Order: sequence, then C-alpha cells, then structure tokens
Amino acid sequence: MMLEILALLDGAGYDTQGLRGESRSLVFELGDLTVITVRPHDVPTYVEAGAADLGITGKDVLVEQRDRRVVELLDLGVGQCRMVVATRAGDEGPSEHERRLGMMRVATKYPRVATEFFESQGRQVEIVEIKGSLELAPSVGLADAIVDLVATGRTLKENGLEEREEIFSSSARLVANEVSYRVRAGEADRLADRLAEASS
Amino acid sequence: MRELRRIESALLETFAERGYGEVRTPMIEYADVLDEGSPGSGDAYRFLDDGGELLALRNDMTIPIARLAATRLQAVPPPWRLCYSVNSFRPVAARRGELREFGQTGIELIGSGDDEPVAEVIQVLEAGLASVGLGQAVIGLGDSELVRGLLADEGVEPGLAARAGRMLAAGELVGLESLLEKEGSLDRQAVESIMSTLRLRGGPEVLEEAGEGAGPGLERVIQRLRETIERVRGGVDLNLVIDLGLTRDQPYYSGAILEVYEPSVGRTIGGGGRYDGLVSAFGLDSSAAGFSLYVEGMHAAQLDGGRGR
Repeated sequence: MMLEILALLDGAGYDTQGLRGESRSLVFELGDLTVITVRPHDVPTYVEAGAADLGITGKDVLVEQRDRRVVELLDLGVGQCRMVVATRAGDEGPSEHERRLGMMRVATKYPRVATEFFESQGRQVEIVEIKGSLELAPSVGLADAIVDLVATGRTLKENGLEEREEIFSSSARLVANEVSYRVRAGEADRLADRLAEASS
Repeated sequence: MRELRRIESALLETFAERGYGEVRTPMIEYADVLDEGSPGSGDAYRFLDDGGELLALRNDMTIPIARLAATRLQAVPPPWRLCYSVNSFRPVAARRGELREFGQTGIELIGSGDDEPVAEVIQVLEAGLASVGLGQAVIGLGDSELVRGLLADEGVEPGLAARAGRMLAAGELVGLESLLEKEGSLDRQAVESIMSTLRLRGGPEVLEEAGEGAGPGLERVIQRLRETIERVRGGVDLNLVIDLGLTRDQPYYSGAILEVYEPSVGRTIGGGGRYDGLVSAFGLDSSAAGFSLYVEGMHAAQLDGGRGR
C-alpha cells in the first residue's frame, strides 16, 4: 500500500523521492509536511494522541481499533481489499464443526472484527488471536476458519483455503486527530482536497 | 497536587467574581435519577446497596445540578448561577491512560429567561481559561440540532438521520457519505452539499457559507449561532472555531454545544452546551447552559502549552 500512497502524494504535488530511498530514517520533510512512517496498526495510536495531526492507514485497522477517537476524512481509494471468512477448500459448509457442534474456532489478527461479526449473527465461535500468517491454522487443525484481509485471494488459494463470507471491504483512509481537525482546519482540508484530487 | 489545587481555585475565583455560587451534590446517586434526567447518558459505575437499590457514581455534574435547580432552588428567584469543582467517575477502556476518576470544574447558568445563556457561558469560559494561563486555548462551537435540521431539510427520514448522527459523532465522515448515498435516496449534489456543510470549520464566515441556500432547519440553527456569536463578541476577543459538524457524547444537549481544545494536547480539555430539555425532564421549564473543564487535561495543557509541537 505504501507505494500507492507515495504515488498519491506525488500526484498531490509532493516530491516523495526521499521516502523511496534506502534511508532508515523514520522522519522526512516533504514540502510543508513532516512525514513520519509507522506501522499501519500504530497510525490510530499516533493520531489519537496528537503525536501526528493526520495519518493514513487501512479501514481494516480503523474498524479493529474503533475505540480510538480519530476523524476519518477521506477514502483514498488505494489499497483495496476485503475482510473475509475463509475455510478449507473443498469442505461443504463454512465448517463441519460449526454444523455439528454448534461452534467453531476462528483464527484471526482481527479479534474485534471477528468477534463482532459472529456475535451479530448469533454464531458461537472461539477466537484464536494469531500475529503471523493465518493460512496455516486450518490445515494443521488449529482453527476451523480464519478471518483475514485478502486483496487478490491468491494466498488463500495457494494454501488450500476458500473464501466463504465477506465482512466488509477496506481501502486506505486519511484520518485526523480530533483537535487538529478543528484547530488546524484549513491545513487539514487543503491536504485532504489535494489528495482527493490526486486519487480521483 | 498544588498545581491542581491552583487550577481549581483560580477557576472558582473567576466564577465567583461573576456571581456564580459553588454547590456540591452527592457523589453517589440513584441510578434511576441519572437515567431519568437523560436516558443513556453514558457509562457509569453502578452497584447495589444493602437494600437492593441500584446506585451509580456520578459521571457528570450537569444532571445532578439540573435536578438541584429544578427541585430545590425554587424559593430563590432565577437566574441561578452555579459552579462546582468535584471529582466524577467514568468507566474507561483498559490500558489507555484514561482516568476512571477525574476532576471537573465548571458552571451552570439556569433560568436566564429570554436572555440567551450560551453567550454568557462562553464569556465565563474564556475568562476561566485565561485565569489558568490557557488564554491560547480554542473554543469549538457547534449546535446539537444542526445535523437533524440539515438532514430534515433534505428530506432524510428520522431513523436514517439518527444513524447518520451517530456516524458523525464517531468521526466516520467517509462512512456517513456512503450511508447517505446508498440509503438516503438523495442525488449526488445533495449528498455533497450535506457533507461540505458538516465539514465547515472556521470563523464566523462559515455561517455565511452555510447560510447560502440553506433550508429552514439549517437556517434556524445558523441564525441561533449567529446571535450567540454577536453577543459574545461584544465582550471579549475569542479564539473561537465554529464547527458545523460538532457533536458531544452526552445526549441531553439541545442547542449550542462547546468543546475546548489546547493545540498541544490531542484531546478536548472541556466541553458543554445548552440543555433546556434536561431541566424540563426534572419539571422546570427554563433555559439552561454550562460547561465543564477537565482539571487533569488543563494541567497537561499547562505543562505542554509552552513547548509547541
């Protein structure tokens, strides 16, 4: 997603050469912006605390960290992917365990998304939180299903998994700290407008 | 502790100079009483006493003071200018550095008759902030009825408007736009005009911008904001940001809403607004408005304020 976002910043009139290089630095000056690079999951934390006025991260992260108070300004349209439930390819239903035992085990990096999704449908599941690759979990019997983000679906296929249900679709979003959104309204809107133009 | 005390006493002194008398209400209330004033007015610590009564720790001072004014101050002629400095309690998310017990210092102006109370409340707020060295703080001003009026003008049905209001409160502007597009049976132009109105923040000029082609619901709110600002400006020079998309978590506001920002602190350090409906729930037909400043938030702002970012 990083490259697509840099292309958007280029389109908005910023020279992103410095961010594309080999530099190990995490802070870059970009015209009137100071850019810091952090992991997508950390973006809401930095922005909510006001350590950054604005941030760019995926909708998947914002949904999982819904209790972080940030203002979601703009859908940047890049980084398109979907949050899905997948189980072993070839199985008949979503899961034999769910059908026979009335409950199944779900491995995910998104415990909150998964919990809320199954709860909203009244389905009983056990959520197993995994930090790394999830694709292994069903084939070794750790879980009956996974909840994960897919872009093309290739990784699922290559690991013998099949998408069963879509939970929501995601893309990159521009978010703002709730104080900066008001106190630095003009600057925030100007950047949002430039990015909106570049992404359309 | 000395710094916190200094904040509280500077504020109380400022309020006293302006005729606000300090009051105190019980820390423990019947849960019913808090809910009666304002159903669903947020999370609180609830517990049972020996008799099986459901009690709650106060999570806010506005509801207790509204009840106090409506039930016990009737012998005194209005307006009632009341202030407080107490600790309140709110459940918090784990590991977020939020305080379960926090200090709040503020005022309530109840029963000012035809005199619109919000302008005076803003002036006292400004004076209070200056008295604790936070003259650079920014006051956000919006109206809790703006979204409803704006959406009603566009013919959005109330159920959908309520959902839209919740998304706005959660800061989900992207989701709000697509909700209106998909379920609002509005054309593209109407959705864009709603969104750009809700995104307006700035000086008094944003009211002129929003006023162009406004329907009756929006026009009424804009007129109200305009009057408030004119009255406030007579008194002081303000750091005021008018924000047409502003919302507050408390459901009892019915009119102007306020928030206080200090640019070096990423969170609001105070808030308030107009709440006539709340005092009427306790049987008093009157205007009411107030604000509350978070003592620990102001302390953080004092520490970080000089540093900039």
